[in-house]
Order: sequence, then structure tokens, then C-alpha cells
Amino acid sequence: MIALEKRPQPARGWVIGAPLLAVVLTMIAGGIMFAALGKDPVGAIRIIFWDPLFSEQFSGYSRPQLLVKAGPLILIAIGLSLGFRAGIWNIGAEGQYIVGALCGAAFGLAFWPSTHPLIFPGMVLAGLLGGVLWAMIPALLRVYARTNEILVSLLLVYVAEAMLASAATGWLRNPEGAGFPGSRNLARHAGTDNPELIAGTGMHWGVLAAFVAVIMAYVIMTRHVLGYQIRLAGQAPRAARFGGVNAGRLVILCMGVSGALAGMAGLFEVAGPAGRISIDFNVGYGFTAIIVAFLGRLNPIGILLAGLLLALTFIGGELAQLMLGIPAPAIQAFQGMLLFFLLALDVLANYRVKLKRRVAA
Amino acid sequence: MTALLEISGLCKAYPGVVANDDVSFAIQPGEVHALLGENGAGKSTLVKMIYGLVKPDHGTMRLRGAPYAPAEPRAARAAGVAMVFQHFSLFEALSVAENIALGMEDPPKPRDLAARISAVSQAYGLPLDPFRLVGDLSAGERQRVEIIRCLLQDPKLLIMDEPTSVLTPQEVEILFHTLRKLAAEGTAILYISHKLEEIRTLCDAATILRLGRKVGECTPAAVTAAHMAELMVGKSLAQPARAAQAPGAVLLAINGLNLPATSSFGTSLRDVRFSVRAGEILGIGGVAGNGQDELLSVLSGEITTAPDTITLAGAPIGALGPHARREKGVLCAPEERLGHAAAPDMSLTENALLTARIRRGLDQGGFVDWARTREFAQEIITRFDVRTPGTEVVARALSGGNLQKFVIGREILQAPSVLVVNQPTWGVDASAAAAIRQALLDLAQGGAAVIVISQDLDELLEIADRFCALNEGRMSSARDARALSMEEIGLMLGGAHDMAEVVA
Repeated sequence: MIALEKRPQPARGWVIGAPLLAVVLTMIAGGIMFAALGKDPVGAIRIIFWDPLFSEQFSGYSRPQLLVKAGPLILIAIGLSLGFRAGIWNIGAEGQYIVGALCGAAFGLAFWPSTHPLIFPGMVLAGLLGGVLWAMIPALLRVYARTNEILVSLLLVYVAEAMLASAATGWLRNPEGAGFPGSRNLARHAGTDNPELIAGTGMHWGVLAAFVAVIMAYVIMTRHVLGYQIRLAGQAPRAARFGGVNAGRLVILCMGVSGALAGMAGLFEVAGPAGRISIDFNVGYGFTAIIVAFLGRLNPIGILLAGLLLALTFIGGELAQLMLGIPAPAIQAFQGMLLFFLLALDVLANYRVKLKRRVAA
Repeated sequence: MTALLEISGLCKAYPGVVANDDVSFAIQPGEVHALLGENGAGKSTLVKMIYGLVKPDHGTMRLRGAPYAPAEPRAARAAGVAMVFQHFSLFEALSVAENIALGMEDPPKPRDLAARISAVSQAYGLPLDPFRLVGDLSAGERQRVEIIRCLLQDPKLLIMDEPTSVLTPQEVEILFHTLRKLAAEGTAILYISHKLEEIRTLCDAATILRLGRKVGECTPAAVTAAHMAELMVGKSLAQPARAAQAPGAVLLAINGLNLPATSSFGTSLRDVRFSVRAGEILGIGGVAGNGQDELLSVLSGEITTAPDTITLAGAPIGALGPHARREKGVLCAPEERLGHAAAPDMSLTENALLTARIRRGLDQGGFVDWARTREFAQEIITRFDVRTPGTEVVARALSGGNLQKFVIGREILQAPSVLVVNQPTWGVDASAAAAIRQALLDLAQGGAAVIVISQDLDELLEIADRFCALNEGRMSSARDARALSMEEIGLMLGGAHDMAEVVA
């Protein structure tokens, strides 16, 4: 019989080793699945993990896409991880992302067609405040009315989607767009655009912001009293109260930060890769970021790596569909395997596997 | 005569520690046998092996002459071995009979079971109503539920782990009466306790463990408590010493505190008033669950009150939170070490930061100075003899007694002007308890006001200058601890609140 024995301390080696082993196991299990589908397993794995970055044929397009896709995921996940560490569950980053994009875009369009250098910073600020505003609704309701922030923040996503639809078809619609839904293109207008900073890398202001957020989150979590209080509140709420942590203030702060980062991510997306407000502007970054946050074990460096890895499987998966004709559900199953192995192997960090002989009672 | 239970050469090792090393002894039928030892001496592991919770690495056990190797507690119970744990496993929202039925293999009909419970409880002098909700019972009554649950199985050997730690003196008398009666009927009792005087009055034989090995055997009534303590610890124990001094001015005063219960099984505090002077130790006795946790939360600032309800040297502090109170020098050490006084999964360094950040200056502009924090944790470990491999070990990896030393040390080393401790030596072994009491005495000697909330009356009488009792959220008036008899204390604990005025 296999038994699990709790380790007195999490094993250091496995914290790093488990994700690597998970990737290897995913390749093996995924390879078997691809082979069963009649595709070349080695070629499929290669096209998912290797070609987007290193093949001469595809990397010109794929390599920048890696940062473009990973940037918002990382930026949002970093914000979420602070709250998750403290036991504050903001599930509505998608809504904060939308409202941030709407506020930022509205700010830029209000001064159209000015190209004043302060317009873009103003848009970033407006996007940030929009995200904070949307996150404050569940935060304040939790602190003052004891509602559940999971439900409120999640339901507000659907309100935000309705606002997005009304903006794209109504109050932000391009007046010169021949009546089609969608706003003016912010990315093709100097002053409101979020340009690629280094050509051919996909690096835009949002990716830069994500890297800065990773570093700041790392410093806050390891060196600052605030990070200590966040961890304390999540691990031992009663000890946190005893230690003088103000739970309500922490909720407002964590929700505010995650809202701000999600709102900024929305603005960078609408002014850059997406280009404009459209009905289907949001593509689920806010929800995928929850996976990224947990995949990265709520650790800033882990989130950085998890965001890049997930973005890679997205791009590689698309490529595999295109080049090998692997069906989309198989790609999703492959991504699911990766998540499964990563989370399942997590148990090795905290438990020791022991073989026991069953004793007859 | 065949021994009831004969243990020979039992060994059990865990990664990094040897819990039991070649332990052998025998229990006769009808004998009350004490198992003595410090925390970590291996008592728990040994009884867990007897009760089938842990499997020994080596060694054999024989029950009534037959080989005995229980694979699980059910097998142990079937063989006639029952155990009353220190921590009760009862559901508060269910009745006594329902709780007992839950632990039985095939429970009889509720009415028959209730009748059997009543019969057994009367036969052994343990009054208990089978239809009352466990949530409404006192700790002593809850223990009776556990004992009766065991007695219904008609055990040959009853294991009791620290049974008196939650009882008032009167309840201890009732328990001893029951145990003696059981022994007279031929049931053997394996009795684990730290309280040596109790063992001397109750037990026929004693086995003493130290660091996993059996170091001695004695007949408790024939030796002194000090002798047993020396066998346990391996050296002679220093009694806490103190010099008499006149108390100073009133430092902390509670002026008519009323606090409604925060949960359905919590206790509301009613018109609590007391004061402590500089250089004085005030002992607050009472069985847990009578408002001790609530009182500590109010004093620590986790629950705030109207400003004037609590005053520090005359200044109102009732509305201040935990941080502001620490700045003013009011420090607390709660009873629950894991989860309240310390975060279980954080290192000792991180736990040192929990309360000491402001008074020890462990941060600069919001950034934690981890080097200084580690030094402070190391200082606690050294000064209070906390046995741990280092400062980066997580709190839950420490034994209860060691963590308690850490928690008390963390507060004392911050030089408090008022220190409130709840159950300072609960589950702590004799030598560590003596060290903690000495530290509290030294603190008072240095001019701090100390409030000790404890269930251990011997402890309170040993160190407190004045004594008062907390019963169902009401506080008796404080009296000089040296002039009190055990009987008077029992009455105070039982809630005879007016006694102070009558006697005084």
C-alpha cells in the first residue's frame, strides 16, 4: 500500500524539481495521446515547446507573441497572488481588466485626435483607477457588509462585459467606422498607442510593467512588513489579529492592488495588441491569470515562469493545430495534463511517499 | 499472578528521534500505574503503541499472557484496552448519548443506551444526564462523557492521559473516587500526569521515562515528589524563588467590563473589574471556557472596548488595537500556541516578528530587518532554552513545551510593563514550567505587572500575590493568595462570588 507521510518542512528540492518533472511527464503522456491520434509524438512535442521559440520558420511571428500573451497574464496574476496569499479571493480580475480598458480608452478618446505626450500616461492612470474602482465594490462590500468577495467579484465580470458591449456599440463606437461596432484604433494613433518598445520582441509597456510588478511583489513579499502581514493573515488569521494586522484594511489593499494591475493590463492590451475596444475584446486573461497564480505557487518568480510556460503552450498549441492538424480538444487536453501533473506533483513537496505493507487486522 | 499487560523491549523511532528505546514494564490487574516523564520523554508514543495507534519497531506486548499486537484502536478496544485522551473528541451540538453512540461499534437503541449511561454513571459516582448537549457541559463533565464511553466497553485496562489538567479540585476528588472504585473491581489504570502529588495519592506503582528510556520504577506513596521529579529530569529541580517586596502603584485596571459572547459556545464577560500593581503577580484561576480566552482578547486589544474600560497607569487604552497597546508596553501570550500566539507554518524568526516588531525595532521604514529579527529569535532560543535545530524551523515542528517557552520568552524579552499570560505552563514539563514561572517572577521583581491566567492552582499559589477566579464570565474579587486554603479556592472557582465579602 502506498501511504503519504507529511514532511515536517516542505522539501526544498521538490519545490523546484516537481514542476520540471511535471513538464517531462506531460510530454510523455501527451506524446502517447498524440501517437494514439496517429500523429508524430516527437514532432508534436517539438512544435509545441521548441518551434515557437527556435524554429527559423515560425519564431519570427511566435517569439514576440510569447511576451504579448504572457505579459497580461503575469501582471494580473501578480496582483491576484497578493490577495490569494492573504485568503482574499478576487475571482473577478476579468471584470477589472475590462473596466480598466474602458476607462483608459475613454480617457484617450476624450482628447482625440490630440497627440500630447501626457495622454498615454493619463490613459494608464485612468485604466489603473478603473480597475481599482471595480475591485473596490467587492472589497468594501466584504469589509462593511460581510458579503463573499468570490461571488461579488465574479458576478461583476458579467456586468463589466455588458458595459463593454454597450461601449463598443454605443458610447465609444468609432464615429467614422461606418456603423460597425468597436472604437477607434488606439494602437495606430501616436499619443494613444502602446508601441512595441524593442522591435521584434513583443515587449510593450505592459510587459515592462509586468516585470516591474514581479520584482516589486518579490521585494514586498520577502522584505516588507506588508508582505509578512499578507502571509500571516493567510496562514493564521487569528495570529494575524493578535499580531495587530487590520483585516479590513488588508482586504481593501489587496483587492485594490489586484484591481489596479488588472486594470492596467486591460489598458495596455487595448492600446497595444488589441488596438481598440470591441465586443469580444476580453479573451479570458483575467481567468487564466488565476491558473497562472496558482501554477506559480503564488510566488512572484514562479508566476513569471508559469505565465511564460502557459503562453508558450498557447502559442505552440495553435501552431500544432495549424501545422499537424492536431484537433483543438487534444491541445486543450494536453494543456490540462500539464496543469494536472503540476498540481498533482505538488504533493511531493509536502509529503513523503512511503510503501507500507498492509497489516492484517 | 500473571500480569495484565506485560511490555518488553518496546522500541519506536521516528525520523530524527528515538521516541522509545527498549521500554519494559508490567501492569497488574487492579493496579493504578503511573507513567511519568517530561514532555518528549516518550509517554505518548508508548500509550499510542498500547492503544494500537502506532506500531512498535521492536519489542513485544502480552495481554493476560497472550501475545498482543493491536493493528488499530478497534483491535485494542476489542481486547479490553480503552483510552481517555487529553483532548476530547466530542461534538458540541450533539447530546451526551449521541456522542457516545457515535463511538460504538454497534450502538443499542437510544433509550437503552441512555439507561445504560445513567446506570454506569451512578455506579461510578459520575453524575451525567445523557440527554444534555455536550456544548453546555463543563470540561469536567465532558471528561465524564469520555470516561463513560470507555466504561461501557467494560475495559480491563483504562489509559488516562493528563486527566486532571482541566478539573477543579472538587472534580479531581470525584474522579479519583471513580478510579479507585474501578481499580477495586480489578480494572487496571495506566495514568499519565505531570502532577506528582496526585500520583502519590492515587497510584500504586510508577514507571518513569526520560528521553525515551525507562529510568526508574517506584512506589509513589513511599517516595517524595521531589525524588520522582529528579528521576524524571535527571537533576534536582530548583523551586522558583522570590524576594518579598511591596507592590507599587496600580498599573492596569479593568473597570466594569461587559462583553457579549462572540459565538454560541463562547462566554460573555459580565462586570469584570480588577487591577494589578507594578511588581505584582495577579493569578486568575478557573476552568477553561469560563471566559479566559475572551478576557485575554480584550486585554491584548484583539477586541476593543470603550476607552475607559481599561486604563494603563490611569490613561484609557480600551479602544486601542494590539499594536498601540504593545507600544505602551502591554504584552500578551495567548493560550493557543499554534494559530494564535504563533503561526504554525512560519519559522521561529518570522514568529519572533509577530509581536516584537515595534518594541524591538525590527523594521526600518516598513522593511523588515531579517538579520536583527533572526538575532532576536536566537536570543529567545538561548535565553529560554528552546530546544530546536535553529531559527528557521517552522513553529509546528516544535513540541508544545518548547514553543511555549519561545512564546513566553518573546514577550518577556520585550521588557513589558504589563504582561498577560494565559495557561503559561499548559502541557509543559516540570523543569521547563519551573523556568517559565521563575521568568515571570523575575519580571514582576523588575517592576512589571503580571497577570497569569491558569487552570493549574498549584502554579497560581506558587507564584501569585493575589488570586481571583473566573467563573462563567464573572470574576470574584481578588484575595491574598498566601492566606487561601484549597477549600476556599474551590468555592471561588465554583462561582461562590460573594464568599470574598463573607469571609473578609
